[in-house]
Amino acid sequence: MDEADERARRAVEAVWRIEAPRLVAGLTRLVGDLGLAEDLAQDALVAALEQWPDDGVPHNPGAWLMTVGKRRAVDLIRRDQNYARKLEQVARDLETAEQTAEGEPGQAADAPEIEDDLLRLVFIACHPVLTPQARTALTLRLLGGLTTAEIARAYLVPEATIAQRIVRAKRTLAEREVPFELPERQELAERLASVLEVIYLIFNEGYTATAGEAWVRPALCEDAVRLARVLAGLMPGESEVHGLVALLELQSSRLGARTAADGTAVLLGDQDRGRWNRMFILRGFAALARSDAARKEAAAPHGSSRSDEVRKGRAAQARAAQARAAASASERAPGPYALQAAIAAAHARALTAEETDWRTIARLYDALAAQLPTPVVELNRAVAVSRADGPGAGLALVDRLVAADALPHYHLLPAVRADLLVRLGRADEAGTEYLRAAELAGNGAERTLLLERARTLGAG
Amino acid sequence: MVIKPDFANSPAGPDEELMTAMGELLSEMTKAGVLLDTGGLGPMEQSSTVRRSGGKTTVHDGPFTEAKEIVGGFALLQVGSREEAVEWTRRFADVHGDEWTLDVEVRPVMEAS
Repeated sequence: MDEADERARRAVEAVWRIEAPRLVAGLTRLVGDLGLAEDLAQDALVAALEQWPDDGVPHNPGAWLMTVGKRRAVDLIRRDQNYARKLEQVARDLETAEQTAEGEPGQAADAPEIEDDLLRLVFIACHPVLTPQARTALTLRLLGGLTTAEIARAYLVPEATIAQRIVRAKRTLAEREVPFELPERQELAERLASVLEVIYLIFNEGYTATAGEAWVRPALCEDAVRLARVLAGLMPGESEVHGLVALLELQSSRLGARTAADGTAVLLGDQDRGRWNRMFILRGFAALARSDAARKEAAAPHGSSRSDEVRKGRAAQARAAQARAAASASERAPGPYALQAAIAAAHARALTAEETDWRTIARLYDALAAQLPTPVVELNRAVAVSRADGPGAGLALVDRLVAADALPHYHLLPAVRADLLVRLGRADEAGTEYLRAAELAGNGAERTLLLERARTLGAG
Repeated sequence: MVIKPDFANSPAGPDEELMTAMGELLSEMTKAGVLLDTGGLGPMEQSSTVRRSGGKTTVHDGPFTEAKEIVGGFALLQVGSREEAVEWTRRFADVHGDEWTLDVEVRPVMEAS
């Protein structure tokens, strides 16, 4: 393959990455099977790779790909009687569609309909019948438009592992007959939580890699932020979706400052804040404001958001009504993602580490711990309290976690304990704790940092 | 994206049709999570030029007289590849009618390191 062909192929694949999620979503609704829809979408990609380099990219490439995908579905049904029987109604609809769409491919479908299909795809990729690993792989593949090879590279596992996860996930969805539908009102909150968690896990894997020697993998962070933004566009009335966007934008702003030139980790308090990306900070603030507005809107008795009026899709209206109904009085408080974003925003507002408003941050952690009473949140709350009320107050909270044996394998527990002991002048104990933390750290860059601290204190 | 219309061979400004089409595209780009920021630049009469040359910094009202290329606007995208940036830029160029002549330069933003 010469260079020009290679360039053309990459150009077609770029269009593909942009269009694939909507294409697969639309085809899944038509044929009712995610695996088959993906095969059809791949066929459309192959057709594009054959035609576009010579004919040029069509004016509406998404509609072109969809038309080809539908035609392939028709071919398949005509060729294979099994499919025809299984997809009887689909076959009739497609034959009709085929007759009306003869000639130049490229009729655009109704925009709200496409967005609803995309949202259905989000929910099916993050469905609770799937393992968290499968949800992650499927989400990156179907919604992030990543190839199996790209996902494997991001997670430092063999490509075959990811391919197998995706195959199994699709089989599970088919076997369990998971419908391609938006969740019912009563399960919306839980299903949405699963979606947000998948995106957050993807971001975190990029932000503090659990494996390998590199401390961060920014590409994975970027994929996660993009997914969060897409979700915010699909569910503009959901406060927590905007909360997640805000959190990820704000954390992204620090990506450039979190790694030293030699690849070692730089912790928040030591970062050069001049290297924080101001644009991502401002985007984070804006998303946090949208989160607040959506929360107040949902809590209002007869709230009807402007975005709902703009979007006339029936499902979109139903969704907005669901969201309003779900917002009972107890849910008017900011959710966990909005609270974590507010904490990140408080850090972003401090021009120097010394100017950090720890009182506010401790208060936000109190609220977060009330909703999300996990040991990790409690540990972070201890850090904030130690800054607001002194290291002794923080250590008391940390020691409660130690006594409860709440985080036996979490390296940050001894690391935080060590920091507090240093501030209390108990250097020997601190050194031992840093060594213990280094032993538990799974990430090379982080381990180096902890060993360095232990050495400074004369331990190790 | 650095948007550089050829003002000698283009309308004085975007008409309603172009504004609508561009608005739709920018909204699509926002929903796809790729558009971080965008803006159009004001008229040349309101521009000032700060010039550094021969160890001296001078300030002029108006554009630098020798400038042949005039920047009309910008868009900052976050994408996975150069090809993806080019594809969105192609779509941006495409919404302009036949009466427009413009170059849109696609350049990477250097990562701070």
